[in-house]
Amino acid sequence: MTSRIGIADYGMGNLRSVEKGFEKVGISAEICTRPEGLGDYDGLVLPGVGAFGDAMENLKGMGMADALIDYINSGRQLLGICLGMQLLFTFSEEHGRSEGLGVIPGSVVRLPGRVKVPHIGWNVMDRAQDVSLFEGVSSGSRFYFVHSFYCQPDDEAWTVGTTQYGVEFASAAGAGNVWGVQFHPEKSSLLGLEILRNFGRMVTGVS
Amino acid sequence: MLAKRIIPCMDVESGRVVKGVHFVNLRDAGDPVELAAFYDREGADELVFLDITASHEERDTKVELAGRAGDEVFIPYVIGGGIGSLDDIRRILKAGADKVSINTAAVEDPSLITRAAERFGSQCVVVAIDGRMRPDGTWKVFTHGGRTPTGIDLLEWAGEVQRLGAGEIMLTSMDRDGTKVGYDIPMTRAVCRAVSIPVIASGGAGNLEHLAEAIEQTGCDAVLAASIFHYREHTIAEAKQYLASRGIEVRL
Repeated sequence: MTSRIGIADYGMGNLRSVEKGFEKVGISAEICTRPEGLGDYDGLVLPGVGAFGDAMENLKGMGMADALIDYINSGRQLLGICLGMQLLFTFSEEHGRSEGLGVIPGSVVRLPGRVKVPHIGWNVMDRAQDVSLFEGVSSGSRFYFVHSFYCQPDDEAWTVGTTQYGVEFASAAGAGNVWGVQFHPEKSSLLGLEILRNFGRMVTGVS
Repeated sequence: MLAKRIIPCMDVESGRVVKGVHFVNLRDAGDPVELAAFYDREGADELVFLDITASHEERDTKVELAGRAGDEVFIPYVIGGGIGSLDDIRRILKAGADKVSINTAAVEDPSLITRAAERFGSQCVVVAIDGRMRPDGTWKVFTHGGRTPTGIDLLEWAGEVQRLGAGEIMLTSMDRDGTKVGYDIPMTRAVCRAVSIPVIASGGAGNLEHLAEAIEQTGCDAVLAASIFHYREHTIAEAKQYLASRGIEVRL
């Protein structure tokens, strides 16, 4: 049986582009709206656009938050994209303070006012560590970003990629089976698709 | 550093690219999705589809285009042209577009900007503004494809759309559009100074020098062009190389 990738749908933004991105690189992925269905997948993507607090409320209201934790505890691979990366952290300062999934210890804070916020467009990611997710993607490559808040892992060991925009922030973080990217690989042309392909390989265990 | 964006713009009518696309290496230069995929491969940073279909089927052609583009285009794309309601916006975004641009409808009902931004996020809401110099030396806003004068001051409107929640401004000079003599530098600069959201300069690009001038002299975040790319006068890659040689940050 071929491995399957699920895209968790919790009502925050359009997930079709992520699905189509995987399809483009020949990986079967499908959108999953049922928390009890998450356990069926070999790999899971947590996308998302919008406000952190609303997203957590949706995740909890649907029972998806607990299902995600169970999924992660099973040791299978998970990739958070944009807001989906932020949700992995302990808490966000967006609209006061909202608790996140707490998988990666750290906070989500607002970009400084000295740059235009939101940060929209193609910016450089420097690789901070050699990880399978970035195989074939050289340090200094550009990806497409759209966000106003950024992730701050408590321990730098979580940071696998950094980007400069008013501050230097963790544009990619993760370890083991939990990964997050602040940019949109599904909107970052060939190099972005390469990251989706790498994730697919990590899921199947083929290198 | 954030790269300056190069954005090819396609006018689409009833599902076909209009206004002269002269590609020899495409199977069907009239198919917007095929052309868009080509520009993606060539290094475009974003794409704009302006659907100018004038019929009662107008809404559906945009939704269909948004959906088809998502199969082949892996960079952000904007759909615009006659978008008038929150429901139009919802359907187009759901079909796969990253952003919509609204123009006339925003002037007629500015609350649409706020409602769209609150519902879908500011990053999805591009307000297109068509500006033109009046005899009294001020810039005014025009609607309906540049045909209808509104009497609204351009710089005041630019500030207003930002306040209302627009994520970006796509600023077209109706004096320059189609002329290929270069962007309207003073107008673009004035709008860039009036707002703190990204501004896409549009109207008048005739050569690569024009792209560089707009970026260097106005503070704009992106440059939009149509004919110089559609007629293959320059490739996207050539444009990027040229801008890079002038010290402008681009995605190569």
